[in-house]
Amino acid sequence: MAQKSDIVLEVKNLKTVFFTNSGLFKAVDDVSFTVTRGETLAIVGESGCGKSVTALSLMRLVPDPPGRIVGGSVTLEGTDLLALDEAQMRAVRGNRISMIFQEPMTSLNPVMRIGDQIVEAVRLHRNISSKEARSIAVEMLRLVRIPEPARRAKEYPHQLSGGMRQRAMIAMALACRPALLIADEPTTALDVTIQAQILALILDLQKELGTGLVLITHDLGVVAQTAQRVIVMYAGRKVEEASVEALFAAPKHPYTRGLMASIPAVPASGVPAPARLNEIPGTVPSLVRLPQGCAFAPRCKLAIKRCEAEYPPLADWGGGHLAACWRAEEVAEVA
Amino acid sequence: MFAYLVRRLFLMLVTLFGISVVIFFLLRIVPGNIVDILFAAAGYVDPADKANLEKELGIDQPLIVQYWHWIIGFLRGDFGYSYVSEKPALQEILPRIPITARLAGLALLFSASIGIPLGVISAVKQGTKLDYTLRVISLSGLSLPSFWLGLLILTASVAMFGQMPIFNPNPKTWLEAFATYAVPAAAVGFRSAALTMRITRSSMLEVLRQDYIRTARAKGASDAAVNYHHALKNAILPVITVIGIEAAFLIGGLIVTETVFNIPGVARFLVEAIRWRDYPIVQNLVMFIAVVVVFANFTVDMLYAVFDPRIRYTD
Repeated sequence: MAQKSDIVLEVKNLKTVFFTNSGLFKAVDDVSFTVTRGETLAIVGESGCGKSVTALSLMRLVPDPPGRIVGGSVTLEGTDLLALDEAQMRAVRGNRISMIFQEPMTSLNPVMRIGDQIVEAVRLHRNISSKEARSIAVEMLRLVRIPEPARRAKEYPHQLSGGMRQRAMIAMALACRPALLIADEPTTALDVTIQAQILALILDLQKELGTGLVLITHDLGVVAQTAQRVIVMYAGRKVEEASVEALFAAPKHPYTRGLMASIPAVPASGVPAPARLNEIPGTVPSLVRLPQGCAFAPRCKLAIKRCEAEYPPLADWGGGHLAACWRAEEVAEVA
Repeated sequence: MFAYLVRRLFLMLVTLFGISVVIFFLLRIVPGNIVDILFAAAGYVDPADKANLEKELGIDQPLIVQYWHWIIGFLRGDFGYSYVSEKPALQEILPRIPITARLAGLALLFSASIGIPLGVISAVKQGTKLDYTLRVISLSGLSLPSFWLGLLILTASVAMFGQMPIFNPNPKTWLEAFATYAVPAAAVGFRSAALTMRITRSSMLEVLRQDYIRTARAKGASDAAVNYHHALKNAILPVITVIGIEAAFLIGGLIVTETVFNIPGVARFLVEAIRWRDYPIVQNLVMFIAVVVVFANFTVDMLYAVFDPRIRYTD
């Protein structure tokens, strides 16, 4: 286990709810995790499982209304972010904690030059001249391996490709050397070849700068390549947490197992490919009307009476491998 | 860019030529000319006198010849003589232009400097009481004709102060000049301000949903920086378009406002000239207004490229 002083981010019992016309729903329900310096924590799950809202909650950028963080604590380098007022929080955002978004095509301001957008990020938090900030911006663009950074800094987002824009976003996010970087599906919108480059870049920079990284993804392949630890979320709750090795070796939650089974495997030569991809039957339940027991029970092959009646607590199955399932022991056998 | 400008300039000339034809012939379709109007008041007159006067003014010639004379004169800078005052048309028109220009300029300034910030506020505070209040006020601005608003202002000032604002042709200080023009400009600018506010609001609401706004917040930018720096810069294009159209539309609003407030500007003068079928004045003045409108449109198009780097006029 990591030393206490190495902990960059500690999230405890985070609860974020949305007030909608059809009722209140818990987008993030009692989620806890920690990230240590230089560590990569992956948050995995289907669309609508609460990954992105978790990320926005850490930044305190959940749109309010309709959303609100109603409980828990988010401690970054010893400071509880949820206790800060808005001005204090602004000083933290983009400075000690920053974020890369899914859509590089729309995440940069189309009417501002790339360089100016990075300069703004720097000058919001450092009391330096615009000339110094400009040289930092060019340096950051060089760091994210954009060729001819000085010329690119003068260009507008529409003059850059998707991969280049995501590099520029990374440059902007890291310009103030944050302690924690949140990457919300940073490669989902990119071509496969570019995806690998961007991931490699994020990991290199993370190593170089010692940044803690929260990587949000639905792609278990990405998780295996990048993360040290993984959280699996389902319907707003953390259902499993483990080191990458432990998770891939023996998932304890049937949902995790289902996710892994849905990765199409390349068949050995001579063996015909399966006609149909494996899938998890059904869809994520409406968060407004969650079942009383385990939210995954309606889609679970192993579900028993107890699963529908009682929500399973997170239990430690050894070595910090947490899973919330009544039948975790049987999961391994079913495979 | 150069080829674009040349093409654009050529199109502007074609437009102005079309306008000149329309003005000229529409004016001739209107029944009666200045001679008819002058003689109608006199009862019986000798038709020979009438014919002589028509000949003197040149309105007995075929229309096409009249048009030719006018347009050649216009291009050479010879605008002819007013039928009514018998002074050179230019001498009649020129001194009145600054009055109307100040009025229109001030009205547009009001509309932009009030409409844009209120539109931003209304969008940022969407769904609040403030937003609803601003929207109701702007709706009233759109539904109140400027002459009616002008009359209300005059009536109110008489009722409350026992006097009404009187046009001061020779203001001595800036403040006096502002006081002279502010009330009529506000009456005519209220509508534009209301329209500008509504367009700014809807354009801002669209932009505030965009991903790059969230990025700006994630950087730690303040609300003011996000709203005015990041969002407004993206939301401004439709607003510029509307202000450009309003600049042209304003002339119509000014005609009645100048009449209501008794201001000796070109707009009211134009109406007088039409009443007298004072062809040289009407034709040249409308042509002048057309040139202003065409150039206002051109300026708006050029401003697009200034505000949005994605718009470039290439060949």
